Amino acid sequence: MKTIRIGAGLGFYGDSWLPIRASLERGNVQYIASDHLAELTLSILQKDRAQDPNLGYTRDLLPMMKQLWPLAQLANDGRGVKFLLNAGGLNPPAAGAALASLFRKQGWAAKIAVVTGDDVLLDIQQAKASEFAHLDSGVALLDAQDALGAVLPRIEFANAYLGAAPLVQALAQGADIVITGRVADAALFLAPLAYEFGWDLSPAGQQDQANLDRLAQGLAVGHLLECSGQGSGGNFGGLDWQDVPDLAHIGYPIAEVAQDGSAIICKAPNTGGRISFDTLRQQLLYEVHDPANYFAPDLVLDMSEICLHEIGENQVRMVGAKGKARPSHLKVVAGYHAGWMGQASIGYCWPQAFQKAQYSAQMIKTALQEQKMAYQDIHIEYLGHDSILGPLASNALREQLNEVYLRVAVRCKDKAVADGLPRLFPSLGLSGPPFVAGRFAMQGATQLLGLWPSLIARELVEARVSVELIESKIPAEVKNAN
Amino acid sequence: MPTKRIQLVQIAHARGGDKGDTADLSLFAYDAASYALLKQQLSSARVAEHFRGIAHGRVERYCLDQLWALKFVLQHALDGGAAHSLRSDNLGKSLAAGLLRMELDVPKEFVVRHADFASSPL
Repeated sequence: MKTIRIGAGLGFYGDSWLPIRASLERGNVQYIASDHLAELTLSILQKDRAQDPNLGYTRDLLPMMKQLWPLAQLANDGRGVKFLLNAGGLNPPAAGAALASLFRKQGWAAKIAVVTGDDVLLDIQQAKASEFAHLDSGVALLDAQDALGAVLPRIEFANAYLGAAPLVQALAQGADIVITGRVADAALFLAPLAYEFGWDLSPAGQQDQANLDRLAQGLAVGHLLECSGQGSGGNFGGLDWQDVPDLAHIGYPIAEVAQDGSAIICKAPNTGGRISFDTLRQQLLYEVHDPANYFAPDLVLDMSEICLHEIGENQVRMVGAKGKARPSHLKVVAGYHAGWMGQASIGYCWPQAFQKAQYSAQMIKTALQEQKMAYQDIHIEYLGHDSILGPLASNALREQLNEVYLRVAVRCKDKAVADGLPRLFPSLGLSGPPFVAGRFAMQGATQLLGLWPSLIARELVEARVSVELIESKIPAEVKNAN
Repeated sequence: MPTKRIQLVQIAHARGGDKGDTADLSLFAYDAASYALLKQQLSSARVAEHFRGIAHGRVERYCLDQLWALKFVLQHALDGGAAHSLRSDNLGKSLAAGLLRMELDVPKEFVVRHADFASSPL
């Protein structure tokens, strides 16, 4: 039976692409699928695009492809490896153009496909009556209010999660590299499988249970691989984390999938990390709510009968994914301006480190009040004591700490207040409790964003989805020089 | 029946994730007996009580028998979501560690994977 091997790319914008080298060099992959977009990444890219209309894509795309493309050409027995990346972010055409320009400069020929159509900002800005109701609260977008007033006028971006169909179309047109904006993360992995095996993503395919179950296996594979090292023993949340070997040289997971959807998860030989029942079950349920109803654009995945069998060292067979018919609507995530965060910190050492940090927190609160610096929320935490565990931290050892940092953060409507908070800190050095340290970095205010998840009619979005092919041809003079 | 007090970290591992203001925590028992115990004792109400002051909404529980796994979904648990939160742990990844700090009373002879792990003072 024909099998296809797909290697995991990045798990988020800022992740390392170095482990992908091992998958290309000795992982025997035909595809790399790379997820650059966490839920909040679009809010980072929105800030880029606001400054320059040619930005708004994840900028790791260019250095990553510059390093990996030559390796990819040698891989797969010299036949080359194809890439699918959602690095287009809010601006896939700009990402495609920048990549094509890099390839021309390098003298590399490639067909680059750009998928657009996920941007639904205009639709959401024209929301009527009960439209775009919040997925959790059910509140209509038109009626939405928070501490800053109406939410709708503050929306800065809105994108629908596309499915795998346009990516399959791009591969069918001969694309070597497919760049998308917002798509379901796992669709980056489902697409090459549907393309290679002819799995049916059309409405007709929704009537065929065997087809739905194959798609379900493909989606589950994507889910296991979409977070890079988290699928091979990274961020392993238990006391056994130290038993995962050589995280410094972790191998990102690779899936070998057969025509019938059965899948083996593995990784390149001589890499760190671990593929096991334990590491894969951690990833399978990651960011899943109801495991029997995991909604994706192309189907609803039922994980409740998925089994993970260890069949060899770093080899796990995954079976049992069931598919249900796809939802009538696509998920949209919109982001809206939600005020500003100001933050600052200062460190104290023994003796009485915690008591002194607490005393300074009170001084800061007093100053905020007396200087009439209005905020909606204030958050006080002690780094080294409770800044991560919060109310679940134990107070038993609080009085004996060697050192502790106070961190104060405020959320406010007025950017000047957020910018002003750090300026209250330096005077603590001479006029507060003793034995301070830490650099009083005058960090500026950070924009806060709220997310507004909702639904949009599938047909409305799909009618606008387009796939554009850019050919990066080798200029004649470069060809001759070679 | 004589009992002993253990922490979840001694019999399970966990991972946390975020979607908007909703945190999801997956808890994985090391063996079938630990899974049966967790499934019996860790109700959504008990988990909601454990996260009082952090998670301010509904808590849902799902069970996956073939993976010895429990899933808890905590609404309004992330101070408005990762890009809105004032917390250092804005993604709520470490809420899973918070879950592993929960204590249970189990029969004295109950086999604990990490029996020698010294529980944190609470």
